[in-house]
Amino acid sequence: MTNYLDFEKPVEEMVEQLEKLKETQAKGKVDMSDAIAELEKKLIEIKKDIYRNLNGWQKVQLSRHPERPYSLDYIHQIAPDFIELHGDRQVKDDKAIVGGFGTIDGQTFMIIGHQKGRNTKERQYRNFGMPNPEGYRKALRLMKLAEKFKKPILTLIDTPGASPGLEAEERGQGEAIAKNLMEMAVLKVPVICVVIGEGASGGALGIGVGDRVMMMQYTWYSVISPESCSSILWRSWDFKAKAAEALKLTPDDMYGNKLIDGIISEPLGGAHYNPAEASEILKKEVKKLYKELKELSPEDLIHKRIEKFSNMGSYKENSNLSA
Amino acid sequence: MSWFKRVADGITTKSKEKKYVPDGLWEKCPRCKTITQMSDLVENKHVCPSCSYHYKIGSHEYFNILFDEEKYKELYADIESGDPLNFTDTKPYTARIKDSQNKTGLKDALRVATGKMNGVKIVVSCMDFSFIGGSMGSVMGEKIARSIDYARENHIPLLIISKSGGARMMEAAFSLMQMAKTSAKLALLNQEGVPYLSILTDPTTGGVTASFAMLGDFNIAEPEALIGFAGPRVIKETIGKDLPKGFQSSEFLQEHGFVDFIVPRTEMKDKLSTLLKQIYSKK
Ligand SMILES: [Zn+2]
Repeated sequence: MTNYLDFEKPVEEMVEQLEKLKETQAKGKVDMSDAIAELEKKLIEIKKDIYRNLNGWQKVQLSRHPERPYSLDYIHQIAPDFIELHGDRQVKDDKAIVGGFGTIDGQTFMIIGHQKGRNTKERQYRNFGMPNPEGYRKALRLMKLAEKFKKPILTLIDTPGASPGLEAEERGQGEAIAKNLMEMAVLKVPVICVVIGEGASGGALGIGVGDRVMMMQYTWYSVISPESCSSILWRSWDFKAKAAEALKLTPDDMYGNKLIDGIISEPLGGAHYNPAEASEILKKEVKKLYKELKELSPEDLIHKRIEKFSNMGSYKENSNLSA
Repeated sequence: MSWFKRVADGITTKSKEKKYVPDGLWEKCPRCKTITQMSDLVENKHVCPSCSYHYKIGSHEYFNILFDEEKYKELYADIESGDPLNFTDTKPYTARIKDSQNKTGLKDALRVATGKMNGVKIVVSCMDFSFIGGSMGSVMGEKIARSIDYARENHIPLLIISKSGGARMMEAAFSLMQMAKTSAKLALLNQEGVPYLSILTDPTTGGVTASFAMLGDFNIAEPEALIGFAGPRVIKETIGKDLPKGFQSSEFLQEHGFVDFIVPRTEMKDKLSTLLKQIYSKK
C-alpha cells in the first residue's frame, strides 16, 4: 500500500484504474491488455510531468516520504558485508546515527548515516533520526578509525536536525557538532557525503564536511526546516511552502549556489518507488567519485576540501560582489 | 565579590574614559533597577556596580575594554552583506540590512580589530548583537575566517567574542556553511599552535555554538550568560515542561565540562593576558 502525497493524486487515481483493469484481465473474460498497456504508458508520462516540476515544498514532502529508503536500506544494498560498529566509548550508543565498515564492489568504506525509524516504535528507538552528542562523537570515532586504516568515508545525511533536549545540552551538542566540523576538514582520507533525505542544519552538517557533497534528487538541505523558518520569520506555521521557496533548499538551488558538488538522480517518482534501482545509482555515483578522489594525496585532499568550504559565502567588499 | 574596591579604584585612578561620555546620562539596571551614571558604568566595564549584572555591549565597548589605551586597528571593515537568495519574508533582506545599518551604524554583526592587550599583540573578532541578533551570515563567516588566517599568518593569539542568536536565516544554506568554513580554518590554526580564546557572552546559541564558539583552546564565559545549541524555547516545547533553573548558563556549562572558566568582565582583560603569558610568550 503506497502512501500518496497531495500532488501525487493523479498518479494515485491512475494506479487505481490500472489495478481495476488488471483485475478484470485476471478474471479472463475480456482482454484488457491494450488498455492496460496504454494506461501504463500514460502513467509514466504523467509521473514524468509531475516530478519534473516539483517545487521546494513538494521536494521536502518527498524527502520525508514514509517509504523512502533510509541509511541502513542503502547500506545493506551497496555493502552487503557491512558490520555495524556501536558506541562513542564515553556515554552510549546513539541509535540515530549508524556506522561501520562495509565493502562496496571490492573497496572498503567507512559508511556512516543518520537513521530514521519506519514505524512508531522504531521512530522512537531512532529518536526520529535526531542524534544526541554521542551520535556525533561515535561518527567522529569511526571516521578516525577509517583514517587510521586508510579507508575512504561515505556519509549518508537524513535528519530533521540534531536533538534538542536537556541531555543533549548537558552533554554538549554544540561542542560535539563543532568538533566534527573541525576534524572532518582535516581527515586524510577521501570523504563523500550524500544527502539522501532531509538535510536540516547543523545536525546534518555534523557529518557533512566532505570532498564531495552530493544531494539526491528529491531531498533538501538548509539551515532550518521550512516549518521552523515559517514560525520564526512569519510567526505562523502556515508559510512553510513559502519558506521552502525562500530558503532555496532544493538540490538544483544548492548546486546553483555552489554549496554542493552534484546531484544524484532518483528513479521516477522518488527512491521509494524503486529502492534497488536507487541504491544501484548511488553505488555507481560513489564509485565514480571515489575514483576521482583516490588519486589525490592526503595534503591535496585536505587543501582542496578547506578551500572549497572557504569559498562559500556571498558578500560585497569595496562594493564588489564576491560569491 | 570585590566590586566596591574595583569601582572605587576605577573612579579615582582612571578618569580619562569619562571624557567620552556626556554628563547626565544614566542607565537603569534591568535586573536590580539600580541607576548608575553612564560614566561610572563605563568605568566598571558595563557591569552593574550593585548586582554585577553584565549589560549587553557591542564590539565598540569590548574593543575599548580589551585594547591598551583604547587603541586598535580595525580590519576588513568594508565587507558587507550580499543577498544571495534574493530573500524576502515579511520584508526584503536587503531592506533589513539597510535598516540595521542605519540603526546601529555598523556594517554587519561582527567587527575585527588588532592591537595590544597589556602589551601583547592580539586579534579580536567581536559580535554585535544589536545587528540582527548577532546572526551569522556570509559576512560574519568571512570576517571570522580572515581573522583566523590573520592570527595564523602573523602568529598572533586570536579572540572571538560571541554574542549571537545563531544562523542568519535569510542566508539559509550560505549561513549554514559558514559553520564548516570557520571550523575548517580553525583546524589550520590548530596545526600552527597559535592560541585561540573563545569568549562566550550572553547569549551564544545555535550555529555559532555548534562551530567556532565551542572550539577554543580555551572556552571562557562571562557570568550568567545563556550558552547552548538549541534555544531554551525550542527545548521547552520539545520536552513539554519548564527548564531547570540555571539550565544553559555559563555556570551550567562549566559544571558539565564545556567551559574552562568564568570571568567577570571587570577582570577579563587581566585574566586573559595572564593566560596568554602563561602559554604563549613570543620567541
Ligand atoms: Zn544591577
